[in-house]
Amino acid sequence: MKRPLRVYAILYLGFLYAPIALLPVFAFNDGTVIAFPLRGFTWDWFRQLAEIPALHAAVLNSLKIAVISAILATCLGVLAARAATRFAFPGKKGIMGLIMLPLVLPEIIVAVSLLVVLLQLGLSLGAWTVIMGHVLIATPFAIAILNSAFQGLDRSLEEAAVDLGETKWSSFRLVTLPLVMPGIISSLLIAFTISLDEFIIAFFLTGTEPTLPVYLWGQMRFPQRLPVIMALGTILVLASVLLLAIAEYARRRGAARTGQKDAGGFL
Amino acid sequence: MNDGNRGPGFGRSEAAQGYLLVATPLAYALLLLAVPLGAILLFSFWSQDYLTIDTTLTLKNYREALSDPLYRQLLLRSLMISAAVTMATVLAAFPIAYYVSFYVAPERKAMWIFLITIPFWTSYLIRVFLWKVILGYNGVFNTTLLGLGIIDEPLTFILYNANAVVITLAHAYAPFAILPIFVALEKIDRSLHEASRDLGEGYLSTFWRVTLPLAMPGVVAAVLIVFIPTIGDYVTPVLVGGPDGRMIANMIQTQFLRLNNAPMGAALAVLTMAMVTVVALVFVFLNRRYLRGRE
Repeated sequence: MKRPLRVYAILYLGFLYAPIALLPVFAFNDGTVIAFPLRGFTWDWFRQLAEIPALHAAVLNSLKIAVISAILATCLGVLAARAATRFAFPGKKGIMGLIMLPLVLPEIIVAVSLLVVLLQLGLSLGAWTVIMGHVLIATPFAIAILNSAFQGLDRSLEEAAVDLGETKWSSFRLVTLPLVMPGIISSLLIAFTISLDEFIIAFFLTGTEPTLPVYLWGQMRFPQRLPVIMALGTILVLASVLLLAIAEYARRRGAARTGQKDAGGFL
Repeated sequence: MNDGNRGPGFGRSEAAQGYLLVATPLAYALLLLAVPLGAILLFSFWSQDYLTIDTTLTLKNYREALSDPLYRQLLLRSLMISAAVTMATVLAAFPIAYYVSFYVAPERKAMWIFLITIPFWTSYLIRVFLWKVILGYNGVFNTTLLGLGIIDEPLTFILYNANAVVITLAHAYAPFAILPIFVALEKIDRSLHEASRDLGEGYLSTFWRVTLPLAMPGVVAAVLIVFIPTIGDYVTPVLVGGPDGRMIANMIQTQFLRLNNAPMGAALAVLTMAMVTVVALVFVFLNRRYLRGRE
């Protein structure tokens, strides 16, 4: 059974990567139509990217939103994961269930429900409303990552620090925090990636300043913009692969530091 | 990070410390999730009266959603498309998870999982858009087949219909299905297989009677993880679905942002959540019964 399964696995990976593999092919293709045969090599589409102010504004807006969302989601994640792994309290299951709920809610529901409340309160839409939504959906991912970081901790290390005269807070800062730091970094990166890539919530809650996916969405209607989108996509894919490689490296170092067996994967 | 600050609360009970920590994330979830969901539910019982909202409670929206063929068809189609996507994704994912869990050397498993998850983390919008480029009339797939002389005219049944939506979503959610099944397979005690083989079971019957039942919780998790987000997907139906591939999320968006009929949109959102909940409960219940039946 090993051989046919292996062939299937490789074909399946091909299916997974096929669309992404096309990105660089057409990003460097000297023709406005996205079809084979290829016409020749060009840097033109990348050069055009540098000359679109609206795109640059969208990228900056998205980066700002993603950085703030990642920090907030990770802070909330640390609090919740610490509470869930270290302390027992009545109603824990229900409380954690509510906090993790966005994981199993279609995103459009999160988007419209936030929109309704914001409009009813008469608040104007903008970057900060998108941040509110992104923190909501990124926090469960942060908690999932940080839970495993906190679970791997040996509680006796903290107790030893307290016995040796540290306060609870300073033992947390000096002992616990360094041990879960790889988890925190990995959570920051994942939350950043989620926010950067998120479309539906941003589409509903962004005001007049679009995020990058919302800008991209607007461009997809114009056939002549296709090659430029391909060039932009190539850059985005490279950037997220790089971020993920760093996140994975941090996670593995964390797993090694707390002496866990490597289970693989973020989820 | 208010983890037991020094002050008088130093000796606080365990429960109090837990509450103190969880208070902020809980408050956030209550304010930005529970309250808005409650608001949607309330809205769905109001009605739009031209420019103003009539706040007398009524079931009008639900009656309309369930009797108007347009809404009914959209709800039903969303359910069918997500069911098809879920089935295709989980069936295609199982052999991969099985291969990585049982045949890949332990030190290389993490690399395989990493390879499988990478495409999932790259821009969702771009991935969906690329399927439009691949499946289109003048797309990569058609031009390649034409160029090779396999077909005489472009295939039209692969874009702007429900098929395209299913293919695209099955691709987008593949890692979501592989990971839980993989985790369930990893937990299986390998000696059970040897025992089964020693007792004279063949390869297939071992799979059928030992591996598959033990992997069931992972399969159920995969079904739910794929089904829930796909039923509310907005991007894919717009980009590759065409008029026959529209789903409920598109109508929800139209009601809120174009027709300015928030109560109707809210009712459709509530119905979507209800469908998701019913399907989730059915699967969880089946899984429980299945597990109990085996004891």
